Amino acid sequence: MLIFEQAHPGRRAHAQLPDIDGDIADLPTDLLRDSPPALPQCSEMDVVRHYTRLSQKNFSIDTQFYPLGSCTMKYNPRACNSLAMLPQFLARHPHAPAETGQGFLQCMHELQEMLKDVTGMAGVSLAPMAGAQGEFAGVAMIRAYHDARGDSARREILVPDAAHGTNPATAVMCGYTVREIPTDAQGNVDLEALRAAVGPQTAGLMLTNPSTLGVFEKAILQIRDIVHAAGGLLYYDGANLNAILGRVKPGDMGFDVIHMNLHKTFSTPHGGGGPGAGPVGVAERLLPFMPVPVVVNDNGIYRQATEADLPQTIGRLSANGGNAGVLLRAYIYARMLGAEGMHRVAEFATLNANYLMARLAAAGFELAYPTRRASHEFIVSLKKLKDETGVTAMDFAKRLLDYGYHAPTTYFPLLVPECLLIEPTETESKETLDGFVEAMSKIRQEAESNPELVRGAPYTQPVRRLDDVRAARELDLTWKK
Amino acid sequence: MNIPADLKYTKSHEWVRVEPDGSLTVGITHHAQDLLGDMVFVENPAPGRTVSAGEECAVVESVKAASDVYAPVAGEILAANAEVEGSPEKINQDPYGAWMFKMKPVNAAEVAGLLDAAGYKALVESEAH
Repeated sequence: MLIFEQAHPGRRAHAQLPDIDGDIADLPTDLLRDSPPALPQCSEMDVVRHYTRLSQKNFSIDTQFYPLGSCTMKYNPRACNSLAMLPQFLARHPHAPAETGQGFLQCMHELQEMLKDVTGMAGVSLAPMAGAQGEFAGVAMIRAYHDARGDSARREILVPDAAHGTNPATAVMCGYTVREIPTDAQGNVDLEALRAAVGPQTAGLMLTNPSTLGVFEKAILQIRDIVHAAGGLLYYDGANLNAILGRVKPGDMGFDVIHMNLHKTFSTPHGGGGPGAGPVGVAERLLPFMPVPVVVNDNGIYRQATEADLPQTIGRLSANGGNAGVLLRAYIYARMLGAEGMHRVAEFATLNANYLMARLAAAGFELAYPTRRASHEFIVSLKKLKDETGVTAMDFAKRLLDYGYHAPTTYFPLLVPECLLIEPTETESKETLDGFVEAMSKIRQEAESNPELVRGAPYTQPVRRLDDVRAARELDLTWKK
Repeated sequence: MNIPADLKYTKSHEWVRVEPDGSLTVGITHHAQDLLGDMVFVENPAPGRTVSAGEECAVVESVKAASDVYAPVAGEILAANAEVEGSPEKINQDPYGAWMFKMKPVNAAEVAGLLDAAGYKALVESEAH
């Protein structure tokens, strides 16, 4: 039930009303509204109960294991939240003069430096407001680089077929055409196909390493050489950075540009459609094109460098300097971990994934790439189970909810049939992982003995099986009286 | 696996029927719709558009993924099937009846280079994990 549907005319939460003393007499009358806004009229207690109830219905990382592959859903440390909520940060206006915000700017500058260090890039801009915007900024810089050299005939971006859907979408948004590169049977980029695809039309290659198949692209240095020799640039999609954080640097692998999802790897809140942060890192040759503002340190005085400092910048991505609150949380997370702690993130994320993979394989689950070591995530294929019992990966995912586990990513990447992409992250204990294996095994037994039970799941959630097709075709997003 | 013997196939899972007048009717295979799952949207190419072989020219979107549909050979789009745009589920119900677009090939001989039913069956089996 929506809050609007609980409203009664005349109910108000007086104690929460803001003071409105402003004089509006000088506002142009054509800008004044004719009728009051259609806000729900509720008491304070109605509102508190409504939103508390909604939060209780939520499946979240704070309540359940959330092994959503390629999404890195890990615990958001409370310390990051409480420090970022200090009133001096909260009350700072983004347009306040730099001299009154030196503390905040220093934090941002140090975050830039830490991200540079951990990725091996020459420069970092915190401006992108989300991962998708970071990708856009990254490919826009590739384009700006080629254009600045008068090399504008490069119209094509190469994308492996296992890539995130956002990669081709980003390339198209930046005015490029997309050419897909196939994956070989081991889950690697097909090098022969890559050699055949590059040429004077190649603007760049977008790559996730480890890939969305959960394996490390071993031939990365050959890939780098093939793309660079053709005059293209190498783009690193940071979605899976958690697997190599502090261990392998994208800069050392030869990447020219990278975006990072701080709401994944740096543990800021994620998955609510809320604010994200997608900083971009660049190699030396792309420094002039970084999105502004970039925080600089002029002999101990911090300020935001703008178009005047970077005349070739791709420009601004928002009115201000990125999502300050998210960036602060990531900064505090990085400071709490330190360089040593960051090594341990990648170690434990990888250890947890390989432990879970080994235990599920031992329990009889079929791995998509059984000969490969998992990075931070791995793929189970339920194809055989579906052929034998009719129970699909989606049925399995729904049944997991009944056992108190959020489903892994289903049906991605699409080239593995009936797949579950599982990413436990470093923040989960052995007991949690063992509990998950037990639930997976139980569901498999159910699928074999009583497939209808699994096909009808979930039974214990606030809603039963949703109609995906209708939800996609008949979008109903706006409350109307 | 439903792979009619009288059709031609592409490696990207389109089926192609050669009509008596030499035009081609194109859709996606039973295997493709089975992998994609319940269809939600279909976007067809505009008649009159010229396409090269392997060019993305239509999109099918299911509850799992959006996927490009490629022109099997070079040619000109003659017609698009509005019925599957209005009722994408028809592709799930009858993939070889629910055609997506018709085209006139530049070079009719190019069609001979497509897979036959046996070749497509082997492809699907080699892709299975």
